[in-house]
This record gives sequence, structure tokens and C-alpha cells, in this order.
Amino acid sequence: MTTDTGTERITKNRRLVLKLSLGVVMMYGVGYALVPFYNVLCKSLNINGKPIGQTALATGAIDESRTITIQFLATRNAYIPWEFRPKIRTIRLHPGENKQIAYFAQNNTDQAMIVQAIPSVTPGSAARYLKKTECFCFTQQRMKGGQAMDWPLLFHIDNDLPKNIHTITLAYTLFDVTKSAKKVADAKQGHL
Amino acid sequence: MSTEAEHDHGIKRWLFTTNHKDIGTLYLCLSMMNFLVAGVMALLIRSELFMPGHRLLAPDFFNSMTTLHGLIMVFGVVMPVFVGLANWQLPMMLGAPDMALPRLNNWSFWLLPFAFLILLSTLFMPGSAPNFGWTFYAPLSTTYGPPSTDFMIFAIHIMGMSSILGSINIIATILNMRAPGMTLMKMPLFPWTWLITAFLLLGIMPVLAGTVTMMLTDRHFGTSFFTAAGGGDPLLFQHLFWFFGHPEVYVLILPAFGVISEILPTFSRKKIFGYRFMIYATASIAILSYFVWVHHMFTTGVPLAASLFFMYMTMLIAVPTGIKVFNWTATIFKGSLTFETPMLFALAFLFMFTVGGFSGLMLAIVPADFQYQDTYFVVAHFHYVLVPGAIFSAIAAVYYWLPKWCGHMYNERLGKIHFWLTAISLNVTFFPMHFLGLAGMPRRIPDYALQFTDFNQLATMGAFVFGFSQLIFLYNIVRTVRGKGIKATDRVWEGSHGLEWTLPSPAPYHTFATPPHIE
Repeated sequence: MTTDTGTERITKNRRLVLKLSLGVVMMYGVGYALVPFYNVLCKSLNINGKPIGQTALATGAIDESRTITIQFLATRNAYIPWEFRPKIRTIRLHPGENKQIAYFAQNNTDQAMIVQAIPSVTPGSAARYLKKTECFCFTQQRMKGGQAMDWPLLFHIDNDLPKNIHTITLAYTLFDVTKSAKKVADAKQGHL
Repeated sequence: MSTEAEHDHGIKRWLFTTNHKDIGTLYLCLSMMNFLVAGVMALLIRSELFMPGHRLLAPDFFNSMTTLHGLIMVFGVVMPVFVGLANWQLPMMLGAPDMALPRLNNWSFWLLPFAFLILLSTLFMPGSAPNFGWTFYAPLSTTYGPPSTDFMIFAIHIMGMSSILGSINIIATILNMRAPGMTLMKMPLFPWTWLITAFLLLGIMPVLAGTVTMMLTDRHFGTSFFTAAGGGDPLLFQHLFWFFGHPEVYVLILPAFGVISEILPTFSRKKIFGYRFMIYATASIAILSYFVWVHHMFTTGVPLAASLFFMYMTMLIAVPTGIKVFNWTATIFKGSLTFETPMLFALAFLFMFTVGGFSGLMLAIVPADFQYQDTYFVVAHFHYVLVPGAIFSAIAAVYYWLPKWCGHMYNERLGKIHFWLTAISLNVTFFPMHFLGLAGMPRRIPDYALQFTDFNQLATMGAFVFGFSQLIFLYNIVRTVRGKGIKATDRVWEGSHGLEWTLPSPAPYHTFATPPHIE
């Protein structure tokens, strides 16, 4: 209310503007904070089918009372002229048992390319029990034009896998990151 | 508008003005211009959809039209029109000499024309204008966006800056500039709804700015916020966008609630029913609006628990909104009503906004939403809340306060013709879209299956009548501003209450240099 004099009002306005501006800056930060928050939430609530990172080999008991079917899928994103497929479509294994399979990949272009495979697990609630010791998805893969290779995948299923899950699908999507890998490298060196 | 000779004249007056009335006028004019531009885009869309098959527009251009129509209508029409109304009305309704930060006010306006020039310039760029819908989902707007997308990003940055500055100014005006004796709980409802809206804007515009910045760095600087290949997640974009986007729809509608809460009592010759509850309801809607964004994303595979949570939160919003509709109805109940043009638009708001609210409730139901998602049912829903909601209340506000602004009455006959043409053509345009959506016609397509033809033709005819009827509105405003029409009294309306009606008509260039006293 304006019972105050002009100068008082100006100080009041300044103080309020400062507070509100701080709020704006804070909300800008919140926008960015939502990114890690979202990832943490997905991981801890076990949603979105995002597998966890690298884990050690299984060394404990093998639960032979259960057999789980694992299905492997491969998709190429957009127009990558690569060949990309699992060498075996389905396997059956017991929880706690280490298993190695391979994906076949071939660069059908005549130029070197860098690719990244992104995994996704269905059902999403099984994601945290699928533990990978070695995976081609952990790093970007560079292949020369025409080069072909078997990419290894070493994993096991955790013994704590819920009893109602009998089949797990592991799908990889192959992305071409040649350009963005160059951009990241450039950005690191300070070129825009 | 004032004729006093105490300010600059010609273009300098408008460029350098710090007067709230001038700036209000500028906002209103910009909004009207954008309304016509985005309206032409809507008519192009409807022309293409008049018949199945690719007829008039290239599909890519069609997509640019839907994108720009949406962006301009939201950021260039509805938001500026209410900021313009706030500029004109807040100081006069609160008994303040001007807005709290007049220079900032000038700047927040003059950012906007440039933002829209940048946005419209994308139409002439190689590739195409932004063509991924007004929601600019990644990766459509990041990996696959045309080069002009960067211009859209900067336009959004500038608009965001403008509305953040505008909101800070509005909050400072409302909190610090009220006349002595006007406590917050004596304040009219239009300033109240704006106070709450301004806080909403301060909460969400920075998040939108952050989101488009992430898009920009994803596009050019090698980050991977939304790129799966780099460990990001395209779905994250939708979360961030709708964290902004849902409160944004209340930014568009809350000031409209304020306008309606001024107009209905005037023409019912009664006080607003449940003044306090109106404020509490507005505040609850604003708070709840932060916790419902996932209802735009039910079909993205969100977990069941989250779906249920967001479904119930969304339905909960119907409670405060229901209170508002109930209170408005109670306000006109047993009032001595007269049906001048502002009242007609306000009553149409009451009916048709409620229709839009109901279809919103239908969309909130998760299993039903799986059928409605991305169909014309959604298009029908949000046009019912935005056109007879936000746009009608803005039109009503202009008719209501125009005599105060320029000292002459608008032409009532033309106003009524405008109303009836608009109200009928609106329903002809958008009501069939409900049926189209339920029958499965998807959004954002330039072509459709044959069985949808009849309803689409109806909608297109309605749209053309609707569009051209707005020229009557424009003509009516122009002739009133130019001094044609009966001289307005100070009170203008028989049942009007509030400080702005104690001022002479037209309102002098400077008002309330000495604050009025409120008992």
C-alpha cells in the first residue's frame, strides 16, 4: 500500500525485483536440475527400462530352479547403412549364471563411422536385474568402411529377479554418432 | 486515448513511452495483428482440410502452418492481450499512478515485435519454417529440425524474457502500488488472477528457456540432453516441455477468469458471489497445475502408478474450476441481467469454456486418453478452452473497457452481430472436431480418410465465417477509437464498480497522481 513516500517505494520495488529475479534464476536452475533428477528417479523407481552400468561377474550360487528366456533384438536408427544383428536370437539361462553372446556388426559404407548402441530392457522392472560385465554398448564403437566384427556381450541375471518374470527382452538401437562425436571433440578443444 | 500535449508525438511517443496506457495499447495492437496473422494461417490449414487429398499446400508447409499458428496464438495473441489489459487496467483498478517499473515496461513490450519478426522470418528461410508442431518435441526439433529451428529457439528466448520482465512488473505493481486502504482482500479479481498468473509465469518461463537452450546445445554443441545416442532421452524433452506447458495453459486462462469475474457482476447488477472462494480457487488451480504435466504423456509408457497419480491430480483441478463456474452462475442467478456485448461474450464463455472443461476431464481418464491421444478430439478440446475461454474473455474485456479508454461507446449493433456470428461459427468449426477425433482422425495431417470429409467441410466453413467476423470487431474498435459513437459517461455501465470507473472517460494520460482513498 502506498502510504510510504516516493523513495521508500523505490527501495521497496528494488528489493522485490531482486527477490523475484533470484526466483527466476533459481527456476532456470531447477529446469536443468530436472535432468539428473529425472535420471535418478528412473533408476531408483526402476522405470523406463534403462539398464544399469557395468557390474562384476556373478560368483554366487546359480538358481537352477528357474530358467529365464532372454530375447535379443537389434534395430538400426534412421538410415545407418550397417548390418547389425544378434548372432543368437534367444537363449535360456538360470539366474546367477554368466553367459556370453555376440552381436554381429558390419559397416557397409566405405567410410569410417562411429556408432553407439543404446540398450533397452523389457519389462522395465527387469532392467536392474540384468547385469552386464562386458558390453559393446559401454563405449562408442569405431569401424572402418567395410569392416565387420563380432561384438561381445557378457552378462548374467541377478538371483533377486522377481519370480513373475520369465522372459526378458534386451533390445539395442544403433545410432550414428560420427558427427556428434566430432562436435563433442571440437567443443572440448574450444572450437564451435 | 488522451489528447493532452504533455508527451512526445508520432513514432517517438510509442518508442520511448513509459506510460502504462500507451504500453497497454501497444500490447493490444500487437496482439490484434498477431491474431490476424495466425488466423490467416488457421484458414490456410482449414482450406487444405476442406477436401481429402493434397490440394493446396505442400505437406511440409502445412506442418509449418500448424506449428506457427499454435506458437503465435499462444505467445503472440493470448499472452500479450492479457499483459496489455493488465497494463491498462491494473494501475487504474488499484489507484496507482503507473506500473511500478515504467522503463522496464517499455522494454518488455519492445522485445516482442522483434521476437515475432524473427519467428515469422523462418517462413522465408531455406529448408522450411519450424514444422514439428507447437510443442516442438525432440528429436523432431533437434536431430530432424530444419535450420530455421534455431531462429524459433531465439524467438522463444526473447518472448520468455519479455514475459518474465512483464510478470516482475505486474507483481511489483500489485504488491507495492495499491492505493492506501486497498488491502489485498479488497482488491478486484482481475488484479488477483493476474498476481497469481505472474507468479506462475516466473515459475515456468525459466524452465522453458532452459529447455530450448538444451535443444540449442543438442543441435550445435554436442550435448545429448535429448539424444538417445549420447545417453540422453527424448522423453525427457516431453517432461521438461510439459512441466512448462501445463502451467502455461493456466497462464492463458487465469487472467480470463479475472475478466469474467469483473464483467458478470456489472451486467447482473450484483456483487461477485463468493469473492474469497474465487481467490482460493484460482490459487489452488495454479498450485495444482504444477503437478499434472504427465497427463499429456499417458501413452509414452509411463508406469501405472504415475498414470494414476497424474490422472487423479488432473481430475482434482475440476474441483476449484467447478467452484469458479458455480460462483459465476450464482452471480448471475436472480440478477437483473442486461445483454450488452461484453455480457454476451462473458455468458458464452461460461457455457463453452465449461464444454472445453468437460472434454478435458474426458482426456484426463487414462484408458480413454489412449483412444483420444493425438486425435482431433484433443484439437476440439483445447480450442474450446482457448477460443471461447481466453479469446472470448479478451474480446469481452475490450468491449467492456474500450469506452473508458477512448471516451466513446462502441457500436452496440455491430458488437451484437460480431458476437452472434462468432459464437455460432465457433461451434460450427470446433464441435464437429469432437466427432472427428472420436472416429479416429489424427491431428497434424494435411490429408485424411474419405469418411471424415463432411465434418471437415463443416469445420472449414465455420472457420471462414469465424475468421472474417473478426474484421467486424476490428472495424468496431477502429471507429470507436476515432471518436465515432456516443460519448461515454464516467461510469460507462450502470452496474459498474471499481476505481477505474471513478475516472473521467476517456481516462486522462496520467491518472491517480494522488492516490484515491479507499474505505
